[in-house]
Amino acid sequence: MDFLTSILTITIRAGTSLTIATIGEILTERSGILNLGVEGIMLMGALSAFTAVFYSHSIAIGLLVAIGVGGLLALLHAFLTTTMRANQVVSGLSITLFGTGFSSFLGQRLGPVANNFRLVGLRAERIVPLAPEWVKQIPIISAFFNQDIITYLVYILLPLAWFFLYKTRPGLWLRSVGEDPQTADAMGIDVTKTRYLYTILGGMMIALGGAHLSLSYTPGWSENITGGRGWIVIALVIFSMWNPARAVWGALLFGGINAVQFRLQASGTSIPANFLNMMPYIGTIIVLVVMTWWEALSKKVGAPAALGTSYMREDK
Amino acid sequence: MSETVIPKVEMRGISKSFPGVLANDCVDLMLHRSEVLALLGENGAGKSTLMNVLCGLYRPDKGEIYINGSYADIHSPRDAQKYGIGMVHQNFKLVDSMSVLENIILGLKDEPFIPDFKRVRQRLVDLAAQYHLKVDPNANIWQLSVGEQQRVEILKLLYRNAEILILDEPTAVLTPQESHELSRVVHAMKQEGKSAVFITHKMEEVMEFSDRVMVLRKGKVVAEARTADTTPKELARMMVGREVLFQIEKKPFCPGEVVLELSNIDALGDRGLLALNNVSFQLRAGEILGIAGVAGNGQRELAEVVTGLRRSTKGALRIGNKDMTNKSPLEIIRQGVAHIPQDRSSVGAVGDLSVASNLAMKQYRSRPLAAGIFLLPKRIVDLARALIEKFHIATPSPQTQVKFLSGGNVQKTILAREIGAARTVMVAVYPSRGLDVGATETVRRQLINQRDGGLGVLFFSEDLDELLQVSDRIAVLFEGRIMGIFDADKADIEQIGMLMAGMSKEATA
Repeated sequence: MDFLTSILTITIRAGTSLTIATIGEILTERSGILNLGVEGIMLMGALSAFTAVFYSHSIAIGLLVAIGVGGLLALLHAFLTTTMRANQVVSGLSITLFGTGFSSFLGQRLGPVANNFRLVGLRAERIVPLAPEWVKQIPIISAFFNQDIITYLVYILLPLAWFFLYKTRPGLWLRSVGEDPQTADAMGIDVTKTRYLYTILGGMMIALGGAHLSLSYTPGWSENITGGRGWIVIALVIFSMWNPARAVWGALLFGGINAVQFRLQASGTSIPANFLNMMPYIGTIIVLVVMTWWEALSKKVGAPAALGTSYMREDK
Repeated sequence: MSETVIPKVEMRGISKSFPGVLANDCVDLMLHRSEVLALLGENGAGKSTLMNVLCGLYRPDKGEIYINGSYADIHSPRDAQKYGIGMVHQNFKLVDSMSVLENIILGLKDEPFIPDFKRVRQRLVDLAAQYHLKVDPNANIWQLSVGEQQRVEILKLLYRNAEILILDEPTAVLTPQESHELSRVVHAMKQEGKSAVFITHKMEEVMEFSDRVMVLRKGKVVAEARTADTTPKELARMMVGREVLFQIEKKPFCPGEVVLELSNIDALGDRGLLALNNVSFQLRAGEILGIAGVAGNGQRELAEVVTGLRRSTKGALRIGNKDMTNKSPLEIIRQGVAHIPQDRSSVGAVGDLSVASNLAMKQYRSRPLAAGIFLLPKRIVDLARALIEKFHIATPSPQTQVKFLSGGNVQKTILAREIGAARTVMVAVYPSRGLDVGATETVRRQLINQRDGGLGVLFFSEDLDELLQVSDRIAVLFEGRIMGIFDADKADIEQIGMLMAGMSKEATA
């Protein structure tokens, strides 16, 4: 029982950054904007959150800084793709390239003199699990509550995002902008404003996912701390069929395989560590491909119809 | 008409110009309560522009609009909505992946943050019953037929209490039966005191739907009359400014050998569903076989299977006397099959290439346009000049990019190229769609010339009158099945209409 509880606890913890970033990217893609900058924004979120907490000793400031940085990078993407009508794939990839390089650069410049200006190897305050001691004693159940504030936020965001998207008027507008911007425009919905808004909001949530890595899951800064999770997020969005309610399953799958291979490594197995490290990625991708293929066979694939296209009102 | 009644809509001296074109030239229009006005005119006569001014999409350069006798300042569709004006556009403003209900709510500005789905659904169902507009509120738009989608558009306007409905060529996409239904709906709206403007270029519709008719030509009103006091022939003359040939002369029908034969062909559509179901027919040399049907019943898939652009999953395709089942487009082109595709801009022509390149696109592989792997640009331009002259393609030069040409001239370019490539079969999918009367005549004439020259022509059209005029035989396609094949001169238009709507002879008897 203890073993299962601990596996489940790690699974949820590992899945948190992925879930919150996936919800963010779903909101962005629902507006018709494909943001391939997830990996870069997560890295910048992780770096800025850790740096801010290291100097301010305040988790709240760290999270706010990460949200701000994520919002800014996403604003850049929105500006390039919506106002300048740049290719969304190119713009997104640039942001990932920039975020990867710049976070690695800053990681060697923002540290204290004593550490040779490097951030690697430093310790800072971390986000701690919220649950009181008696809850931690309950098997299985405790896995869900023995989590930090960002995981709790995910618990709230999952149903909320689903409800927003399918049951509210702004949610309806958002979907219509991603499906058919011409029609949305004719209905008096501001396509440009909508796309800016949800790209920025998405970027904030993605950066929060990055912050969870450097402040909670693997506390501290290390180069490439995300280890490609940004790309997994892009895949999870497809797997979830752009439905926030389904975002959680893919994230738990990745987190689950991660937790199991962690355990295996800790038990001193003879399987090479590099092979085990690869497992969550391989496993997630295989399941994604099979599931998506299955879905595509059984019904209409749910990608927003206008995803990846820029929109300009046609003047005669 | 008595002057004491205040008209519901009065447009005074409306002028609107676009760069190089005067679309509306001092047009006056009046619409009364419970009246249906038909706006008749050729493509580019300024009908749509005038109505886009009324519904707030365009600002007029000059002129004023009065609603119920008082000045109306209309800047946007939202303003027009406030005055009770609503328009059903030719391309529907509906989100495909959303339900009917969601589409209705999308347009409502005063619903709360969490819309009252139940209340909206109830009102929708009530309205649908009141105006005989049957539609399932929970169905997704992509699952609906074009006729049903149109009903949703009309319901959207009625939901917002529109008093003045503008319908832009509403019957272009409907079966004859659906058109009759629409006429009943319009009649019901009239009885509720609502008014409608009907944009069209079809005489039958003017006669069936309207109380009054206004004819536009080159942006000006050329005639206005009570529908009952006029005749289709007279209207046609006023619309075009000359007598129109309603009959096309052609040689008597004397078919040769079979050039195209489909046996029990099945094929899947883009969504992976069966789009062609056991299709079999023969096409002979010197014959035009017309394919009738409402758009989306397998026409595109049929044309694509014949031209090698889509695989068939069952059955056999023979061209001449060779088996061509699932052969590549190139192999089929080599059999002398020409294709005028439905989608001119993406399948028929490359917009970014010049007229000359587009004209050479089926012959560039060999002499005289190429020597080995090299193209001979001078010969290509010579060929282009000759074709531009022969087919009266209006282009500044052979080097002009095709995307700068008008729709009619793009179609002439495709036609010129395909006629050059056709030796056995010509597949023409909606070749006259969107063209004006002059260009339409050219296209029909050319198809008949090809037939008289000994080609088999497979001719797809949505316009039954055109099909009956041009074709020798007519096949009706419904949900991917051939419902029946008729000789054009003995065909019964009512029966073909029934079959287009999927009703077999037995069911209607």
